[in-house]
Order: sequence, then C-alpha cells, then structure tokens
Amino acid sequence: MELGTQLLQYLLSGLSTGAIYALIGIGFSIIYNATGIINFAQGEFVMLGGMLTLFLLSVLQLPLWIAIPLAVLLAALVGLLFERLAIRPLRKASPISLVIITIGGAILIRGLAMLIWGKDTHSLPSFSGDEPIMLAGATLLPQHLWILGITLLLIGLNKWFFSHTTSGKAMRACSYNPRAAGLVGIDVRRMVLLSFVISAAMGALAGIIVAPLTMTAYDVGIMLGLKGFCAAIIGGMSSGLSTVIGGLILGVLESLGAGLISSGYKDAIAFVILLLILFLRPQGLFGKPESERV
Amino acid sequence: MVSRKANGFSGVKRELAKYLLFTLCVLLAPFAFLDSYLLNVLVFVGIHTMLAIALNLLLGYAGQISLGHAAFFGLGAYLSGVLTTTYSWNPWLTMLVAAVVVGGMAFAIGFPILKLKGHYLAMATLGLGIIIFIVFNEWVEVTSGPSGFSGIPNLQLGQLVFDSDLKNYYLVWCFVLGCVLLSVNLANSRIGRALRAIHDAEVAARVVGVNARLLKVQIFALSAMISAIAGSLYAHVMTFIAPPSFGFNISVELLTMVVIGGLGSIYGSFLGALLLTLLPEFLRFMHDYDIVFYGGLLMVMTIFMPGGLVQGIPDLFRKLLNLRKGKGGNHA
Repeated sequence: MELGTQLLQYLLSGLSTGAIYALIGIGFSIIYNATGIINFAQGEFVMLGGMLTLFLLSVLQLPLWIAIPLAVLLAALVGLLFERLAIRPLRKASPISLVIITIGGAILIRGLAMLIWGKDTHSLPSFSGDEPIMLAGATLLPQHLWILGITLLLIGLNKWFFSHTTSGKAMRACSYNPRAAGLVGIDVRRMVLLSFVISAAMGALAGIIVAPLTMTAYDVGIMLGLKGFCAAIIGGMSSGLSTVIGGLILGVLESLGAGLISSGYKDAIAFVILLLILFLRPQGLFGKPESERV
Repeated sequence: MVSRKANGFSGVKRELAKYLLFTLCVLLAPFAFLDSYLLNVLVFVGIHTMLAIALNLLLGYAGQISLGHAAFFGLGAYLSGVLTTTYSWNPWLTMLVAAVVVGGMAFAIGFPILKLKGHYLAMATLGLGIIIFIVFNEWVEVTSGPSGFSGIPNLQLGQLVFDSDLKNYYLVWCFVLGCVLLSVNLANSRIGRALRAIHDAEVAARVVGVNARLLKVQIFALSAMISAIAGSLYAHVMTFIAPPSFGFNISVELLTMVVIGGLGSIYGSFLGALLLTLLPEFLRFMHDYDIVFYGGLLMVMTIFMPGGLVQGIPDLFRKLLNLRKGKGGNHA
C-alpha cells in the first residue's frame, strides 16, 4: 500500500475510534458540569453497554434492535443507582473522597461484571454485515459508518437537549451556579441524578457501537474511560463540539502513532497528550484561561 | 502556654511509647508464625506498609492524591533488578541510586503535576502511572517485557545472604521501622503542620508564609523515594518482577490501604496494609473475585467511615456505648 492510501486508512479508523472517545468524553463532561465530579466509573458504563447487549443477544435470544435500547436502559438504571447509593450520600464531600468513591464504584461494577459474565473476551455481531467498502483504496467496514452516524446523531440530540428543552436548560443553569439554580426553583438534586443517567446511557451506547469492532470484556472500561476523559480534557470539559473535536484528534493521533511509530506504545500516546494538555493548557485546547476563586 | 508545652511533651512521650510498642510487636511477630507461609505474607505486609505510608504522607498529610504510585514502586524495582542483574552493580548502592533517581524524577515532574488539583491531579498521576507501566511492558530489551525479569540476586550483608522468609522479614521490617520513625517525626514537625495547613486550606497556608508549592513537590519526591526503596526491596526479595505488579490496580490497592487505615495516620497505613495483604489469603476461595469485595469495601468505608479504621473503630464503640445508654439519637 502506498503512503497516501495508508494515511487515509489510518485517518478513517482514527475517526471512528475518535468518535467513540468523543461520546465517552461528553459523558464525563455532562457529569462534571452538573456536579464538579470526575466520574471514574464512566468507563464501566461503556463496558456495561457492550456486555449487556451481548447478554441480551446470546442468553435471552433477543433481536439486536431490542437488545440495544434495552441494554442502554439497563446501563442508565445502573447510573441512577450509582448516583443514589454512592454519590448522593457524599454530596458535600471533598474531591478526594469523591475520586475514591467513584473508583470504588468502578471496581465494584467491573468485579460484578466479571462475576456474572466471566473473564472471556466476546465479540458482538456487526449491525449490518462485514462486507468492506472500498474508498480510494482504503477499506471501511459498515460498522465504521454506524459509529460515525450514531455519534453524529447523538451529538445533535445532545445539542438539542441542552439548548431547547427545559431539563437541558435547567442542567446548564446548575452547571453555572447550582445555588442560584436552586433559588429559581430548579431541583438541583434531580438534575445531578439526570446527568448520571444521561452519561451512563451515552457511555453504554458508545460501548455497544464499538464492540463489534474491538471485542468486549469485563475490563474494557478502564482504557476506554481514560481515553474518553482525555478527549474531554482536550475539549476543556465542554459537553459540546470541543470535546467531539478532542476525541477525533485523539483517535486520529493514536491511529497514526500506532501505524507509523509503534503499536505497542499506542496507548501511551493518549496519556502523553493528556499530561501535556493538563500541564500546558488545563482549560483545554480551545478554552480561555480561567482564574480560580478561593 | 505552660500547659500547652506540657501537653506537647506528653504527646511526644505517647508517640515514643506507641513506636516502641509497635517495634516490639514487629520484632516478636515472627516467633508466632515460624515455619508458616504467613511469615512470607508478613514480608509483603512490610513492603505494602512502606508504600501505604509513602502514599499517606502525600494524600493524608498534604491532601494531594496520586493514582500512579505503583509506577514509582515499579521504577525502584526495575532499576534495582536491571542494574544489579544485567550490569552487576552493587545492590545496596543501586538501591540508593534508584531512590535518588526516582525521587529526582518525582521532584522534576512534581512542579507541573502538583499545580493541578483534585480530580485533575488524580487523572494526571494516573496517566503518568500508565505511561510508565506501558514502558515496563514495551521496552523488552531492558525489562524483558510482559514475561517478567528474573534472576535478581538476593541482598547480602557480608556473609549474611537474605534468602529465607525469616531473614527477609527482618530486612524489610527494619526499613519499615525506619520509615515509620521518619514519618511520625515528619508529621509532628513544623513541616507536618505546614502540610496539614496546605491540606485544609492551601491559600490560607500560603498567606501565612508556607511555601505550599515547594513543600508539596518535596513531599511528593519523598513519597516517591520511599516507594522506590520498597520497590528495590521487593525486587531482591522476590528475585523476579513483572509489569502487573506495578499497574493501575496496584495504585488503587495502595489507595484503598491508606483510606481504610485512615488518612493521615501512619499506624493506620500499617493497619490498612496488614488487612489488605492478609485478606486475599483468607479470600482464596473467591479467586479473582475478591476485587468485588475491594470495590465494595472502598465505597462503604468512604461513606460510613471517612476517617478509616483508626478513627472509625473507636467511634463505633462510642456509638454502641451511647446506644446502650439510650443516647443514640443525639449525634447528627
């Protein structure tokens, strides 16, 4: 393969993994904006999406179009329980306690998944066949298109939700100033709950659409979650377009790095970027610096 | 003033008494477990205690989280392992070199990394830990990669080769005792008070003249150094090291030890390390599923016993006592 085609190939696969990172990153941002918490269990929702779908498909023999929404729903339910049982009892806690409790939650969810479904790696069937599509010499799987399509759809929905629905606007108000939002009659606790439910659902869907390509197992959540966080950091923890761009940049850089430098160090790329951004531009690539009030 | 001075004096006495009691227990413990595999487990309790204390200095005293401490542990182990085995360096000298190198590294990276706070710091240290972990795995020419690095010599002192559980026990616990002494002293010194001030209110601490930034970086470096020494000891005791011993899970396990024992309590770290190292021995029947237990434990402890066992157990007793007296409803 000549270099041009090769680059196109890396770009295409990078964009589709990048889209996944973007979805996970938006999940992080939604919770962060509503609560100031970085939810270390975010990756576990991604894992739950894939594993639940697999379970519904293979054990309950449900068709794919029922299994997927059901899996998303179940994951959202886990998100709801997680907020109720772990986050709410600690509302006034220090960041360190919140970090620790979400890590505890992540370990618990991961452990339970291992207990229920075992340690094997599974693959999910593609949504519409595995017939590759040729594009200027590069190959593209139908699943790649599904990923890009669903991501676009979700981002659109997300945008619409936050700018055109009452709940979405209320959540934005909470992220600017929870106290003021409470004073004008917004139920802040409900919005926090809602943010966990939405993030869990989004993470789960990301986990479902990526599973046919990358396989799924009880422990895929760690890496996917961290990469998603990295996307959110590049985007400055916004729940909008900058995080999407962050995810795509990360996906493409990773894919190029794996192809041109070394596949072994692929995972390190995301974390080097993460550290560089945190050190040099903690407000994200596109944000303006903020000063902290004390 | 006079009464405070007297108070301080008795405080020192009490610390000394606690330390001597602890030392006595440590020295006598092996006689209860001679010829038992538990002696071997206790060697690892020692190594974990060092690591937990190191993390606690950072987390419990300075209030700065690290989710990458296993990487410093691993760097110490790999530096000692590779330099003594491949390059035949003197193990004791290597241990010193490893501690200085890792400490220096942490000092350098501490300036940018400790500028971050809370969740961001957690993620940055996590990222750092994962990068180092990936290097252990991928730099195969030096570290032998995922299959692990073997043939590391035991430590030696003149004619004495540390090659049995009993000898290793005393070797490791000598270091632990030194570590405890250093930490207790540090915690009760001017530096310890300054650290606690940073922990509670960093800006206020800076206003009254604490150089918060430098102090945080220094304690980060010290913490990394202790972890590196624990790593060197681990390498020489095990004579074999592999990347999974230094991954993210281990960082989380260390965090669990510190939280369960009690943030800011040196002996609490020992308790946490003891509990979490012994527990798997008793949870053998659960195989790998013991991780469910850790996750649950971490959550339950954070919600119901945020002060850890060191505070939680006395509190629990007091509550039970109050309940007996029928005053249970008084605490809110």
